[in-house]
Amino acid sequence: MEDKKLLEVEHLKQYFRVSGGKLFERRVVKAVDDVSFFINKGETLGLVGESGCGKTTTGRTILRLYEPTEGKIIYDGVDITHADMKPYRKKMQIVFQDPYASLDPRMTVGDIVGEAIDIHHLAASKEERRARIIELLSLVGLNSEHANRYPHEFSGGQRQRVGIARALAVNPEFIVCDEPISALDVSIQAQVVNMFEDLQDQLGLTYLFIAHNLSVVKHISNRIGVMYLGKLVELAEANELTFHSVHPYTRSLVSAIPIADPIKNRAAKRFVLQGDVPSPVNPPSGCRFRTRCPYADKCCEECEPEWKEVSPGHFVACHHIDKVQ
Amino acid sequence: MKKKQNKETEAREIISAKPDRLVDIYHERLSFFTPAGEVKALNDVSLSVKPGEILGIVGESGSGKSVTAYSLMGLTAYPGKLLGGDLWFNGHYVNDMTERDFCKMRGNEVSIIFQDPMTSLNPVYTIGNQIEEVIRLHTDKNRKQAKARALELLELVGINEPEKRLKQYPHELSGGMRQRVMIAIGLACEPKLLIADEPTTALDVTIQAQILELMMDLKKKLDMAIILITHDLGVVAGTCDRIAVMYAGQIVESGTTEEIFYHPSHEYTKGLIASIPKLHEEEHTRLVPIEGTPVDLLNPPKGCPFAPRCVNCMKVCLDRQPAFTEISDTHISKCWLLDKAKWEAERKAEN
Ligand SMILES: Nc1ncnc2c1ncn2[C@@H]1O[C@H](COP(=O)(O)OP(=O)(O)OP(=O)(O)O)[C@@H](O)[C@H]1O
Ligand SMILES: Nc1ncnc2c1ncn2[C@@H]1O[C@H](COP(=O)(O)OP(=O)(O)O)[C@@H](O)[C@H]1O
Ligand code: SF4
Ligand code: SF4
Ligand SMILES: [Mg+2]
Ligand SMILES: [Mg+2]
Repeated sequence: MEDKKLLEVEHLKQYFRVSGGKLFERRVVKAVDDVSFFINKGETLGLVGESGCGKTTTGRTILRLYEPTEGKIIYDGVDITHADMKPYRKKMQIVFQDPYASLDPRMTVGDIVGEAIDIHHLAASKEERRARIIELLSLVGLNSEHANRYPHEFSGGQRQRVGIARALAVNPEFIVCDEPISALDVSIQAQVVNMFEDLQDQLGLTYLFIAHNLSVVKHISNRIGVMYLGKLVELAEANELTFHSVHPYTRSLVSAIPIADPIKNRAAKRFVLQGDVPSPVNPPSGCRFRTRCPYADKCCEECEPEWKEVSPGHFVACHHIDKVQ
Repeated sequence: MKKKQNKETEAREIISAKPDRLVDIYHERLSFFTPAGEVKALNDVSLSVKPGEILGIVGESGSGKSVTAYSLMGLTAYPGKLLGGDLWFNGHYVNDMTERDFCKMRGNEVSIIFQDPMTSLNPVYTIGNQIEEVIRLHTDKNRKQAKARALELLELVGINEPEKRLKQYPHELSGGMRQRVMIAIGLACEPKLLIADEPTTALDVTIQAQILELMMDLKKKLDMAIILITHDLGVVAGTCDRIAVMYAGQIVESGTTEEIFYHPSHEYTKGLIASIPKLHEEEHTRLVPIEGTPVDLLNPPKGCPFAPRCVNCMKVCLDRQPAFTEISDTHISKCWLLDKAKWEAERKAEN
């Protein structure tokens, strides 16, 4: 890991127009609302939070699969917020959650991986193309025999490997991994997590690793950001965030993870949150977490908490950090 | 031909349930006869649940967790067929039950909640309609009494503003609230057994914590037994009294929660526990995955089903299915490593 920023996101906003409850009513979903962070070269930044909090939207907006509503995306020192993405499509890739839906069932695995090579003219000859496909398949733990088979002939874990081989075909530097292991069996998840780690070591990749499973995210990430209703609420080094979180939401999230050890699990102090996540169409005023926060007061209702650095590299947005500790 | 078969089943001695058991399943075999061939979904499953106990069933996707639980309620989907074994539930001999018997039993003595509450609630009826319908189906309460009971149930499962919720439709509720409604419906007649099939998998962890807390609370209040099906070892660690581990249509190990976590004896159980990342460890240690891919139940291996992925696989494992070894009164496991004496004897006999 280098101390050089590969990706910077500044005050990123992504709003979607959706139809409201009433006829002709238009409303705005603030899926990502003023989010700032950076990722160093060779680093893994994890992004966690409950479903609908804006993780996927953040990842997709960074890749400009959505046009950002506001804010800046800087890749390798260049502002790409409005740039022509063609040269960056090779450098920045994405791996999806659903290994079933993201592969064309009519194409062989070799052609799925080969397609990216063709689009970007990365092979001079048929032989070179074939050699490259085999090289990619072996990188992700598959072999040349698999090239002639179709996605339905593979298990979930193997399909996810194919998806990763496809992403790697263009020699990317940066990969958004959007819930890449959530659809897999526990015993297979570990295989895929190890593969992500090995590929990072071998190829110097940088990851934005999105998942709702904090245990997995902590395992693979250097730093972790926690999102709630379109906002980043806390960001810190992985152990710091797990053991010394200060935001009430992060704390409840950590304490809600069921520990796979009966004695520790039963002894653990739970900090069970009341209520549900409010709708992002009509988020609470002030701090968006206030409807579920045990420390909320008038101040939290009236003004939005600032994004502050409480110790080196540890950022939090909360008015009452002193109370929480 | 048919008659003869019937005679045979009659003649077969039916093993009866032990008196202190709510659920007793002996050697259940069940297959799905699909166009691609026979999917041997359950291959000799034996399992029991005592009244008021929480049994966790864990295992890979497709290992047979749901099929086991559903067969007990007469919910085996077409083209599934029970091929053998004896199933007892609450004094009923399930094998001989008709659809009518099952209808009487479901909702009254046993209820089920599913992973996705949206698919099990009817989108065109209000929450109130759906709860009241279940109550009126199973009790002789009139409309007014049923409504009062519905309110009581919504309060029991911790839903705020229950009056208002009764008039709402499923899509107006969040996932966590829908799951609470499903639990309320399941509890309408205070069943002896609640089957919860991945009840929190579709929920966020903070909501999962709420639902698990609720289930534990209700269990104590109503003194019912729960079969909790999940792939999350963390969930069973905190909630279950006993755990059954399934692999490829078999229960490969079962024991108390402590026995399974602190003394796992089957190579699959050991692998499963080793492969999950531990949130509460500071050091980064590489995960130890189980290599290989899950079993294809169309062509299950001849010997131990875990043999193709087992690091300690021996020759005998490829040829012969291991039998259960009793490790303690409560702990059994199906692995040749625990039964060395036996396979050495068999090998001698062969030679
Ligand atoms: N209606 C059906 N038709 C054909 N095969 C079926 C049917 N239902 C289940 N099966 C097969 O039976 C086996 C066991 O399925 P089951 O649903 O019990 O798995 P499970 O352990 O509950 O898995 P999951 O964790 O994915 O819910 C699988 O191989 C499955 O494909
Ligand atoms: N294309 C879209 N149009 C309208 N709303 C969207 C769109 N994509 C996402 N959203 C909404 O934005 C919010 C954040 O979604 P998403 O980024 O997918 O969350 P996550 O990945 O954290 O689960 C959700 O409320 C979601 O419904
Ligand atoms: S700002 Fe207020 S409501 Fe928000 S997390 Fe902090 S204490 Fe809770
Ligand atoms: S019986 Fe053999 S293959 Fe099966 S788990 Fe035991 S050692 Fe492994
Ligand atoms: Mg998402
Ligand atoms: Mg199931």
